[in-house]
Amino acid sequence: MNEYNFAYLDEQTKRMIRRAILKGLAVPGYQVPFASREMPMPYGWGTGGVQVSAATLMPEDTLKVIDQGADDTTNAVSIRKFFENTAGVETTEETEKATIIQTRHRIPEAKLREDQIIVYQVPIPEPLRFLEPRETETRKMHSLEEYGLMHVKLYEDISQHGAISTAYAYPVKVSDRYVMDPSPIPKFDNPKLEMDAIQLFGAGREQRIYAVPPHTKVVSLDFEDYPFEATKAAHPCDLCGSDDSYLDEVIMDDAGNRMFVCSDTDFCRSRRKAGHKGRLAEENAA
Amino acid sequence: MTPLLQVKGIEKHYGARIGCSDVSFDLYPGEVMGIVGESGSGKSTLLNCLAGHLEPDAGQVIFDTRADGPADTVTMSEPERRMLSRTDWAFVHQHARDGLRMSVSAGGNIGERLMAVGDRHYGTIRDRAIDWLGRVEIDETRVDDRPSVFSGGMQQRLQIARNLVTGPRLVFMDEPTGGLDVSVQARLLDLLRGLVREMGLSAVIVTHDLAVVRLLADRLMVMKDGRVVEAGLTDQVLDDPQHAYTQLLVSSVLQV
Repeated sequence: MNEYNFAYLDEQTKRMIRRAILKGLAVPGYQVPFASREMPMPYGWGTGGVQVSAATLMPEDTLKVIDQGADDTTNAVSIRKFFENTAGVETTEETEKATIIQTRHRIPEAKLREDQIIVYQVPIPEPLRFLEPRETETRKMHSLEEYGLMHVKLYEDISQHGAISTAYAYPVKVSDRYVMDPSPIPKFDNPKLEMDAIQLFGAGREQRIYAVPPHTKVVSLDFEDYPFEATKAAHPCDLCGSDDSYLDEVIMDDAGNRMFVCSDTDFCRSRRKAGHKGRLAEENAA
Repeated sequence: MTPLLQVKGIEKHYGARIGCSDVSFDLYPGEVMGIVGESGSGKSTLLNCLAGHLEPDAGQVIFDTRADGPADTVTMSEPERRMLSRTDWAFVHQHARDGLRMSVSAGGNIGERLMAVGDRHYGTIRDRAIDWLGRVEIDETRVDDRPSVFSGGMQQRLQIARNLVTGPRLVFMDEPTGGLDVSVQARLLDLLRGLVREMGLSAVIVTHDLAVVRLLADRLMVMKDGRVVEAGLTDQVLDDPQHAYTQLLVSSVLQV
């Protein structure tokens, strides 16, 4: 399709976004402002991630798009189609084969490699936003490294629920400097933030890009007596039997029956292909 | 003895208007300085200049820091100044709402300064919050309640606890009893007097209530139109006012 420039955005815009990405990589965790463009999808559907992907894509890349771990949900399907139409790149559902992975709310179970880039869609990039509404003030807090307020939130969690109840978008400190919102990934994924691949974060509505370079130290905030815990539902996957992957809970009927399945569909599928079976695997295979 | 705070020739203009002009004084450790004057006399402008909330146009505010001795807080870098305001200084606002986080529990409010200076042990933070609630006469069962469900007097006491938890040496107070009814005022003043004496705090208190300075302040400055018109020991100034404006001020107090 040649009515569009490669990957939809014009070259000047991609250049501007690439500059922001490079700055983000140079200052890990720092939110770089950029002139976010109007995209042909509503805010909240991944306009930031799409722009970062568009600026990162090369014709020889293979793209994978996931939404909550799944390749087949509306958001993932429409963004994948968008790039099939506007960039003509190859797409895949297999984590292994992808060179760029755009994701919403999950990190794939498979370990990412140095030649891969993962792009996160970020709704609200500012981890301090709900504690301090003034942007001028949060910027100052970042520049002066005043992060006591972040712990006030965790304190409130413990005093109200007896444990740190923040389960997603769990704040992290990157490279001993910036406190960063890792986008709404479950805190189960937080330990994976120290990885071999490049991680880019795009927030379209809020016009911010930030990044974590490979092998960068990423620490989840916690208290000495209430250490960080990566939690998941205490079940094995009902389809593939995996007991160390992040699970979705699916309500089966009105009688209260439920099943737990891997949220990473590609991971689950490849395990089933390799012969692993969960509690409900057989009836489902039919 | 080195003064804790030396103020030299502080000046602040708002365009052509004078906020405050040529204010100088020394404050020694353990001393409480009262600043009185009518509305618009520049009391709050002065206090905000001293506490680093406003940048004065001229003058020096020299604070005797723990680490490096006397240093000018006007010219020091912002991180240093903000560090001071989290550790060695406290600021009690007239409206507790300005000084509290209304959506965070009482314990979280008190703990914020502790966490800001690096405390990372939940149990310790909570114990100290509960200890401080006790000191300002708030029941410890209220530790997880938000300040929005507290009465005005309790909010003001919570604000004081939140400020004093890190053991500051200098407290700025802007009309700490404003907007409270007289019986609550009396209790708050009693509490403040106790804390100031017990912790050996120095304080600068801005108020238009002469009874407050009579109770709390060792020394007094009277301001009018941005200038200090009279200064001296509190009892001396209140009992034998020299300046015409001070005489008017003292004679305006209603007797019950």
